[in-house]
Amino acid sequence: MNILSSKSRQLLLGPFNKNNAILVQILGICSALAVTAKMEPALVMGVSVTAVTALSSVILSSLRDAIPTRVRIIVQLVVVSTLVIIIDQLLKAFAYDVSKQLSVFVGLIITNCIIMGRVEAFALANKPWPSLLDGAGNGVGYAFILLLVAFFRELLGSGTLFGVPVIPGALYRWGYANNGLMILPPMALILVGVIIWIHRARNKELIEQ
Amino acid sequence: MENLVNIFIRSTFIDNMIFAYFLGMCSYLAVSKTVKTSLGLGVAVAFVLLVTVPVNYAINAYLLSPGALAWLFEGGAAVDLGYLSFIIFIAVVAAVVQLLEMIVEKYTPALYNQLGIFLPLIAVNCAIMGASLFMQERAYASLAEATSFALGSGAGWLLAIAGVAAIREKLAYSNIPAPLRGAGITFILTGLMAISFMSFLGISI
Repeated sequence: MNILSSKSRQLLLGPFNKNNAILVQILGICSALAVTAKMEPALVMGVSVTAVTALSSVILSSLRDAIPTRVRIIVQLVVVSTLVIIIDQLLKAFAYDVSKQLSVFVGLIITNCIIMGRVEAFALANKPWPSLLDGAGNGVGYAFILLLVAFFRELLGSGTLFGVPVIPGALYRWGYANNGLMILPPMALILVGVIIWIHRARNKELIEQ
Repeated sequence: MENLVNIFIRSTFIDNMIFAYFLGMCSYLAVSKTVKTSLGLGVAVAFVLLVTVPVNYAINAYLLSPGALAWLFEGGAAVDLGYLSFIIFIAVVAAVVQLLEMIVEKYTPALYNQLGIFLPLIAVNCAIMGASLFMQERAYASLAEATSFALGSGAGWLLAIAGVAAIREKLAYSNIPAPLRGAGITFILTGLMAISFMSFLGISI
């Protein structure tokens, strides 16, 4: 497993733990929480964001010497929104139901802070290959948190995972009930708060003063 | 008129950008440390919303939606430019933010220094883009309705960030478990505020 140098591995895997965009840098929350009531939209959203982050990092990194600094934001926005339009059309064509569920949040990938953040902080100063790894790593780190939040919300809120019932029927007969509050927006915020709490309790150096 | 008031109240309290849709969380979490700065950012966001949503409404109604080009040339009714809406909307937002930045820098340098990096970040504030996309999705019937929606969303965002900033100022004196300090407690706080805002569900005039 030495396909990637240790630096590349750091770029790709760092976002899973110490550098996670959502937990540590608190970026990309905007479109993250609204799609986590169920696993399926969360997965689709995670994959879409990973694709956009990785591709936009590569494209803008290849163009970095050609873009004047003064107009870089608008160039970034054009590249990112073109990619998002492509994703949106693909979702409408091949996964129409999920596309309906995600509604405006597909369009909001454009304004996802992670994408602009990675482009500004990394891709504009690095070669395309490390930028691809960095973009993909951050996208996957984001998708991981989405799935984690969605897992608890769908399991406790609807008793299903990916739409498949997993809580045995016997439990319901003994009086177990789905917690409707988990489906509602406030619980997503509280869950992320708790995940940050656990993450920081395990990584003391991340604690804010 | 009643309809407009209803849209305003609905978008301020029930469909609150932060508490119901989590839009604009990045700058919301970063700036909500003091009431003064967050009021400044809140007003800036509300203003940008008030300008961009009606402009995007007009663009959507007369250029982008299916058949909207009928007034321009013969056969225009067959053209559907809907897929361009993302890129056009974000371009309008970026232009308005640039304009606002220049105005603020010229007339209120103190506010400009305080908002610092967050003013350009309004361009990628999900609340702004989100409002335009919601406006398109909910298909408001007239420019007045879209404007009322923009006003309400801006007011709701301002209310949310100012409220949380006020609570966070007080929180500075409380004894929070170390790992929860900062981001963690703010998330939980926002969640609790969102629960209280849910009590507005169903109100209308």
